[in-house]
Amino acid sequence: MDSVILKTAVRFLLPLLLLASIFLFLRGHNEPGGGFVGGLVAGGAIALYAITRSAAAARQLVRASPRLLIGSGLLLALGSGLAPLFFGRPFLTALWTTTTTAVLGELHIGTPLLFDLGVYCVVTGVTLAFVFTLLEE
Amino acid sequence: MNAQVAVVLPIVLPLATMTVLLLTWKSIVAQKVIGVVGSTLLLMSATALLWLVARHNILVLQVGSWPAPFGITLVADRLSSIMVMLAGLMAFAVSVYSLATIDDRRVAFGFHPLVQLLLMGVCGAFLTGDLFNLYVWFEVMLIASFVLLTLGGERGQLEGAIKYVALNLISSAVFLAAIGVIYAATGTLNMADLALKLRSFPDQNVVSVLAMLFLIAFGTKAAVFPLFFWLPASYHTPPVAVSAIFAGLLTKVGVYSLMRAFTLLFVTELEFTHNLLLLIAGLTMVTGVLGAMAQSEIRRILSFHIVSQIGYMLMGLALFTPLALAGSVFYIIHHIVVKTNLFLIGGMIEQRFGTGLLAKSGGLYRSAPVLATLFFLAAMSLAGVPPLSGFFAKMTLIRGGLEAERYAIVVAALVVSLLTLFSMTKIWTEAFWKPAPVDAATDVRLGDQSWTDRFFLCGPTILLTTITVGIGVMAGPVMDAALAASEQLLDQNAYIEAVLSVGSRESTRP
Amino acid sequence: MDIVLAITVGGLYAAGIFMMLRRNVVKLLIGLGLLSHAANLLIFTAGRLVRGRVAVIPAGETQPLTIVADPLPQALILTAIVISFAVLAFTLVLIYRTIQTLGTDDLDQLRATDT
Repeated sequence: MDSVILKTAVRFLLPLLLLASIFLFLRGHNEPGGGFVGGLVAGGAIALYAITRSAAAARQLVRASPRLLIGSGLLLALGSGLAPLFFGRPFLTALWTTTTTAVLGELHIGTPLLFDLGVYCVVTGVTLAFVFTLLEE
Repeated sequence: MNAQVAVVLPIVLPLATMTVLLLTWKSIVAQKVIGVVGSTLLLMSATALLWLVARHNILVLQVGSWPAPFGITLVADRLSSIMVMLAGLMAFAVSVYSLATIDDRRVAFGFHPLVQLLLMGVCGAFLTGDLFNLYVWFEVMLIASFVLLTLGGERGQLEGAIKYVALNLISSAVFLAAIGVIYAATGTLNMADLALKLRSFPDQNVVSVLAMLFLIAFGTKAAVFPLFFWLPASYHTPPVAVSAIFAGLLTKVGVYSLMRAFTLLFVTELEFTHNLLLLIAGLTMVTGVLGAMAQSEIRRILSFHIVSQIGYMLMGLALFTPLALAGSVFYIIHHIVVKTNLFLIGGMIEQRFGTGLLAKSGGLYRSAPVLATLFFLAAMSLAGVPPLSGFFAKMTLIRGGLEAERYAIVVAALVVSLLTLFSMTKIWTEAFWKPAPVDAATDVRLGDQSWTDRFFLCGPTILLTTITVGIGVMAGPVMDAALAASEQLLDQNAYIEAVLSVGSRESTRP
Repeated sequence: MDIVLAITVGGLYAAGIFMMLRRNVVKLLIGLGLLSHAANLLIFTAGRLVRGRVAVIPAGETQPLTIVADPLPQALILTAIVISFAVLAFTLVLIYRTIQTLGTDDLDQLRATDT
């Protein structure tokens, strides 16, 4: 699509949207948000880039192929599900721990975060796979 | 092995295999190797599960430690573990067979990851103890089967796929609506909890309506009369390896769900529901076999026979006695092995003549004696000739029918059995006995194929034929397992207690 | 409000089945879409319709203080919508390919794989 306005806008929108997607992803910890929405926003941002430039340019921007994103996302989610098995708990049981870090203070983190990250990757990957296939047809 | 790991492995292993396959997409060799390795691991984990369930009766896993009626429960009882075992066996046989028959183009488009996705859906459906979760596994299985069916995009495939997709989506919509209504009525979706609540439900007419909704939803998936039309319209279109795994597993998920629903949930109005099931069973048997007689192409004949045999499986369920139900379980074990095997053998015949049309094939008895032996054993087993597996399966069902004094269904079963024999002899005389027609396509001799291809083709069929014969020779132990499974199915209280008591014990959350 | 939604669900089922009975493949797809919408709306209605109250149990209580809508059916629909979206998207592509390959959108012409 050859529009100067859109092209220029995307240059600013892309980092903002990616930031928003990370915000949404982290917000899902306790409030509405999470990996699914975050992944959709990230996928949408890159789709915008792909529409204004080309699918090839977007592929170069992402580097990882959509398939790799889907695969590694599934692997992350699967890993978070399998982790409790090593502690003798049922599959997919959430494991939580509280750590103190210098910058962020006290952090309550656990395997659901890993699961959500997996979802984020899978959703981004699937969206990109759709968009790239459609654009390259 | 830890019981909690064993229950979840048949679902996790295909997912893990699929993930690895996605990451090694580019290499065709890696796809093939990992696909077969994944199926082998699934078979091993299924064997472990079968062994554990035989020792400990019912294994229950509360996923994510959420207690029973609230979270998702995975339950492995005897029937589930037998089904998972068969799924693992078919996965192994078909994966090996596919090495020689699925072309590289289809492998590059993701044949192996899709098979693993299908297996995950199938095993998930066998193991879940939650209705909505069952719906999700159905959909996982359906999406994988849609893509497998259309992979390659040939004319026939697309046409068959439209019918397959449309009818299966309608049944999914009915299933979803049934879930909505049953939740509105009882406030739970956990099958054990549902069984408890439906038993004392004030208005049993509502329960009957629900039973009918589930009968339509599962019946379409199981291809019962009059909802089976998608099956013979589509099963002969994809590559043989795909047809074979569909034939072995997909409809059986529907049958399994029917067995679960009509032994656990809807058992209060037996007079109405199970008599209707018996009628459907009889009509399914007869229409299926009549449809097969009108066909003249190997895979189309075999597809109609799937429908006909679904009737036998329902017959045991409808009679609802321990012996008849055991007959159903035995029949499922026998049917999955034999039917997959026949599709694989049919594929080898098609490969030789470049077509499945019986008129254009012939002379295989002379040119391929090994193939002829394999087909003969499998076909006779399907028809129920002693001492092969089908004989004992049918005999148990008929004994069950006589015991329950339902003579009409017994007569139907015997007549359909004869017609099946006729249909099998038709393939035998046409493809094997009569001399090859002059205009037959060049007969690809086994000698022309590389020895690896020959091994990949014959290995699985020889394995499955050996199992068929084995089930016949060792009918005693298999019968004991089937009886134990059926007694467990009829003991709803044990199931309910196993599921709900584990939930209260495990409620330790931070 | 329940009665309005009940009528809507019924209307959606009727429209969906009507569309599926047409000969055009695209109308079949629309019919399937309407059917899954109807099922979703049915579950939604089954979960009770309450406006403006959150289904959160206050601290120290064991059950909600007022009548609230059951959140579980809504979660179920969310899953069902995602699934039906994926399946319908696949069906759309399938139909597109079929029309391209076979050159017809008339279901009565698709008879080669039947008996």
